[in-house]
Amino acid sequence: MKLNVLIIAILLTVGCSNKKKSTDVSIETSAEIIKEHTLKSDIELEIYDFEGFEKFLNKKDDKIYVINFWATWCAPCVKELPYFEKLNSEYEEKNVEVILVSLDFPHLYDSKLKPFIEKKKLKSKVIALDDVDMNTWIPKVDESWSGSLPATIIYKNDNSKFFEQSFTYEELEKEVKQF
Amino acid sequence: MKKTIKFLSVAIVVLCVSAFTINNSEKGDGYKIGDIAEDFSLKNIDGKMVSLADYKDAKGYIVTFTCNTCPYAVMYEDRIIDLNNKYADKGYPVIAIMPNNTDVKPGDNLAAMKQRAEDKGFNFPYLIDEGQKVYPKFGATKTPHMFVLQKTKNGNVVKYIGAIDDNYKDPSAVTTKYVEEAVDALLDGKEVKETETKAIGCSIKV
Repeated sequence: MKLNVLIIAILLTVGCSNKKKSTDVSIETSAEIIKEHTLKSDIELEIYDFEGFEKFLNKKDDKIYVINFWATWCAPCVKELPYFEKLNSEYEEKNVEVILVSLDFPHLYDSKLKPFIEKKKLKSKVIALDDVDMNTWIPKVDESWSGSLPATIIYKNDNSKFFEQSFTYEELEKEVKQF
Repeated sequence: MKKTIKFLSVAIVVLCVSAFTINNSEKGDGYKIGDIAEDFSLKNIDGKMVSLADYKDAKGYIVTFTCNTCPYAVMYEDRIIDLNNKYADKGYPVIAIMPNNTDVKPGDNLAAMKQRAEDKGFNFPYLIDEGQKVYPKFGATKTPHMFVLQKTKNGNVVKYIGAIDDNYKDPSAVTTKYVEEAVDALLDGKEVKETETKAIGCSIKV
């Protein structure tokens, strides 16, 4: 029995690392992935290092992107998630897309993050950022970011604004409306 | 009457704390590299007050803002103990300060801090920033958040601000031990090369 668990764990680990290498393939198929979410109990999580993730900060398609850095262990992040979810659903037709970037620990993706995504029925796109070299990538997100969570970037083309703070729905909506 | 006084004092504390939170909502406050850090007097888990000035023989300090409830802080506990083991005798003791509002994070209250320190065998003071007046002076924003201070005749000069090292996940995969490099440089009478680094951490709960 124990052996079975071990084998499954190994398979999962291998599966995840393969996923990391092949992330580029699945980017354009987010609709399919969402479908999979509802069909499969085992969520397919897109995992990126910063190099792979950086494209989510640099889209220039006239859409307003709301990129929220969070983690399941971060209480203020979890508290504000419903506001991001609400924004994503209410502004979907208004050219706004929310992307929730999880900074959960990789060894807890299966036991914490994926069950959380399922339980909360998150509709916004959730991706995981796994890159230990924080001193290199944090300033690339924003020079002013000290690294505390939650943090959010709202951007449209070359115009962007960074927030190292928690939001209420009203505050979030107000900021998005300025774009 | 007694009840009124009690209520009033609670009300005053609440007012002070909230006024303080508002004042401090501006980012970018706090010490910069080269600033003189003010001394403080904070309660340790044994109930005694601790100040930097208590350490007569210190050449400086490794001040860490940390807590029980942040997973990143927990991942670094052993490495903070190691820092104290390595540097306290050389004149750079670790001083840990828990900055969170314990009403928001009861898991960080003094009793819980005491328990955690016992469980982990903390060999350094674990102070509580009651009233949350000290961490804003430092400009700490998260746990863990490190500040290396060098004692000089002008005061305790801030020499390093940031992360402990460059791999939170795996101590054995660390390539740069930022705090150690800073303290080693100071012990050698050299300037710190990398004075500021960034890392993800838990926001300080107000």
